[in-house]
Amino acid sequence: MSPHHRKTLVVAGHGMVGHRFVQAAIERGLTETYDVVVVGEESRAAYDRVALTSFFEVGADELSLLPGGAYDDPRVRLVLGTSVDAVDPETRTVLLGTGEVLVYDELVLATGATPFVPSVPGRDLPGCFVYRTIEDLEAIRDAAATATVGAVIGGGLLGLEAANALAQLGLETHVVEMAPRLMAVQVDAAGGATLARHVEKLGLTVHTGAMTEGVLGEDRVTGLQLRDAEPIEAQVVVFSAGIRPRDALARDAGLDLAERGGVLVDERCRTSDPHVWAIGECAAPGGRMYGLVAPGYAMAEVVVDALLGGPGAFTGADMSTKLKLLGVDVASFGDAHAVTEGALELVFSDAVAGHYKKLVVLENEAGDGTVLIGGVLVGDASAYGVLRPMVASGLELPANPEDLILPASRGVPEIGLPDEAVVCSCNNVTKATILDHVAREDEPCADATCVTRCSGAGSTCGSCKPTVKKIVEDHFAAVGKVVDRSLCEHFSLTRQELFDVVAVHGYRTFDEVVGGHGTGRGCDVCKPTVASILASQLNGHVLETGHGTLQDTNDAYLANIQRNGTYSVMPRIAGGEVTPEGLIVLGEVARDFGLYTKITGGQRIDLMGARMEELPAIWRRLVDAGFESGHAYGKSLRTVKSCVGSTWCRYGVQDSTSLAIMLENRYRGLRSPHKIKGGVSGCARECAEARAKDFGVIATEKGWNLYVGGNGGATPVHAVLLAGDLDTETLVRYLDRYLMYYIRTADRLQRTAPWMASLDGGIERVRAVVVEDSLGLGSELEAAIDAHVDGYFDEWRATLDDPDKLARFVSFVNAPDVPDPHITFREERGQPAPGDSDGPVVLGATIGVGAPAVTS
Amino acid sequence: MTTAPATTYTRVCRLDDIQREGGVLALVAGEAVAVFRTYDDRLFALANYDPFSRASVLARGIVGTRTVGGDEVTFVASPMHKQAFDLSTGQCLDDAAVRVPTYDVRLGEDGTVLVGGRTGGGTSS
Repeated sequence: MSPHHRKTLVVAGHGMVGHRFVQAAIERGLTETYDVVVVGEESRAAYDRVALTSFFEVGADELSLLPGGAYDDPRVRLVLGTSVDAVDPETRTVLLGTGEVLVYDELVLATGATPFVPSVPGRDLPGCFVYRTIEDLEAIRDAAATATVGAVIGGGLLGLEAANALAQLGLETHVVEMAPRLMAVQVDAAGGATLARHVEKLGLTVHTGAMTEGVLGEDRVTGLQLRDAEPIEAQVVVFSAGIRPRDALARDAGLDLAERGGVLVDERCRTSDPHVWAIGECAAPGGRMYGLVAPGYAMAEVVVDALLGGPGAFTGADMSTKLKLLGVDVASFGDAHAVTEGALELVFSDAVAGHYKKLVVLENEAGDGTVLIGGVLVGDASAYGVLRPMVASGLELPANPEDLILPASRGVPEIGLPDEAVVCSCNNVTKATILDHVAREDEPCADATCVTRCSGAGSTCGSCKPTVKKIVEDHFAAVGKVVDRSLCEHFSLTRQELFDVVAVHGYRTFDEVVGGHGTGRGCDVCKPTVASILASQLNGHVLETGHGTLQDTNDAYLANIQRNGTYSVMPRIAGGEVTPEGLIVLGEVARDFGLYTKITGGQRIDLMGARMEELPAIWRRLVDAGFESGHAYGKSLRTVKSCVGSTWCRYGVQDSTSLAIMLENRYRGLRSPHKIKGGVSGCARECAEARAKDFGVIATEKGWNLYVGGNGGATPVHAVLLAGDLDTETLVRYLDRYLMYYIRTADRLQRTAPWMASLDGGIERVRAVVVEDSLGLGSELEAAIDAHVDGYFDEWRATLDDPDKLARFVSFVNAPDVPDPHITFREERGQPAPGDSDGPVVLGATIGVGAPAVTS
Repeated sequence: MTTAPATTYTRVCRLDDIQREGGVLALVAGEAVAVFRTYDDRLFALANYDPFSRASVLARGIVGTRTVGGDEVTFVASPMHKQAFDLSTGQCLDDAAVRVPTYDVRLGEDGTVLVGGRTGGGTSS
């Protein structure tokens, strides 16, 4: 064998753990000596199975862990949609489903697990599903379209996720659990009961201690037969009764298996064959299988380490769990069932609020204090981020450990974690690593978001994000760094604070605001911001005396300035609907004033190249023909794009055009921190591209799905589902609240997507405020929008009616008949285009200037 | 005013025709001149031509103040890309290499605004 021979590493399986293995292999340089072939059975590259339920909200692209579909290393070959059918350790070959044979030097099995389906009669009937892959979810979604009731067999972690999915799909949902409580592995009896109450409050029916005897139905599922109970009617049944390791390849290859299944591996994750390794759910280190992603990731790192000649070992894993099930926080960590000898339980329970919290503590070895060894949190798991690392680090508990779980300690409790405490268990990131990212000399992270991006902390399940943020903020506070969020040198307030100040004091002018809370005379940053806030609250004309000089370039002339100092004119065409007569008027105006015309992305028509002094005459014609300002110049609602909907389209299920027009007319002129765009699609085909908008509405058979926080432009973001199957009245109410919440709290020039990302809790926070009305602000926010709607007037019509406002629209104040000679045009494709400027232009002395010169 | 050479002033408008912290564009001896009125009724005049965007627009900018070396400087921000120009000197506050011409401007006894000749040259004209 040549000394330069490159070796081959085959990875069987491209799930989360297989992907993590390949990532680590690339990052740690294993691909310097190995060519890597990864074989995945699913047609998709690895995706986030932990967040599987969010597939209905965010779609497959969002879940992908490898969005490009390929690794950024030419020595890694990814083969998808292909099974590994056999392994021969003698010849070191694997046989693929395609017939291809791969020769390996090292083989890593990462085949994962398969859902366990108990052998009950009828389990193969159409209408029965498992819950593991995106394909499973797509099949469940299709079946749910014609169903009314669904049942999930299994009340564990995954079962509740599946129940959540069925409920989201609009089914009346039953959860059938054999054990006497939900999530029997993670929580104790009282925690399970609290959880069941939460779940039932959401309209789901929980059957605990219930044994499924069979699935009923002839050609397809009609229900479930339970032992000693009435049958349940259901058209969709999801089995979620645990998982089994996929160890068939290893078994057929003659490798040792664990007693209870799984490929038996040592602490280096090596199987009974020295060139075959197993990681993730298919593996059983020391005979025990781990059904969580964090231990799988740890195993992946261990094998990469071993292949590099390192000493890494897998010696068990933190089985702590925190998740949000059906909107209920549930966390379990350490010895949750207090099975350790001498363990004491400390319980706080609030049946009204639905909180159940238990700490499991143990006297320390010296006998002079207690350490935390486990716990259960149901209903409020905010303390998890601090408690779990305390278990891992053996930190001494404070004198009153109950403070850690009593409701007074809201948010993240104040507790000093040791540096070695693992804050993010999914990615094994310690507090020391987080601190290193913010304190290092070379390009330190400036905030928690950056730390998550650079260190991975909080990037998988996200449960530790509040703790990461706290650590980062505490660090900055400790080193005396103040995160300056001042608007500009004139105001040491954020936009949100300024908004509140204006509202509380009832200010009506910039002078009052800067006099009361600022310094100097303002600038091009704070003046437009204050103008926008005043406009949001007062609804007045943006060119009112004292307000006109605050406005940014475009607002100041109610038109968009172009590169040569001319303006574009864009009347509102609500929902993109325009009559032939309207089109003719636009054409005639453009022709008569020599304007360039173009169709915009927002389904409107832009007329460009108008001199400032021509704007009133152009608008006179447009207003007389029934057009109004389109606010293309404002940080305000632009358009609500629509498809033709059920009126014309043979696929449409709702009248999207009418809704778009109604919404555009409702929110037109609403001044906001940045521009706002909307979209309404009449069916799931989404022709209006509503999910690329700040708010997007997509018709369903039952009503409307409301998506928020989408963005096109430089940083595209898909809007995420805020609420589903809404009637029009509820939709409008939620939208009112959403938009006003954004207007009140976002930063200057912050679009909805980064605004939502900046909120603690993101979309969950928005849902709490908008849908659940957790702040009790709902009616106030709606009233603010109602006031806007009542006070709306067309800015251009009002300008035309006011000689004072019109007076500003002149070329030269002392020569209103002389056009500015700097503006020139050339012709391009039969239309005008801005001419190039060669510098300042001096008009000949022969041109009259309208006012006599005086000599002094 | 007996020894100084005669200066030609152009009557541009009345003071009240310029909003406080606003500007107007005037045609003075064939040149486009932006005339500004501050919050405390001081008058300034700059060439209207923005050397960055190469467009004649400065009169339409926002007037504000900025602290430069401990002093409060009154400036106009170009409406195109927001570069700030010191109203009294024409100096760009964001780029030391750029300066726009300034003009003599005064308030006549009858409340009219008078613009005279250039008092400072620009860097790009």
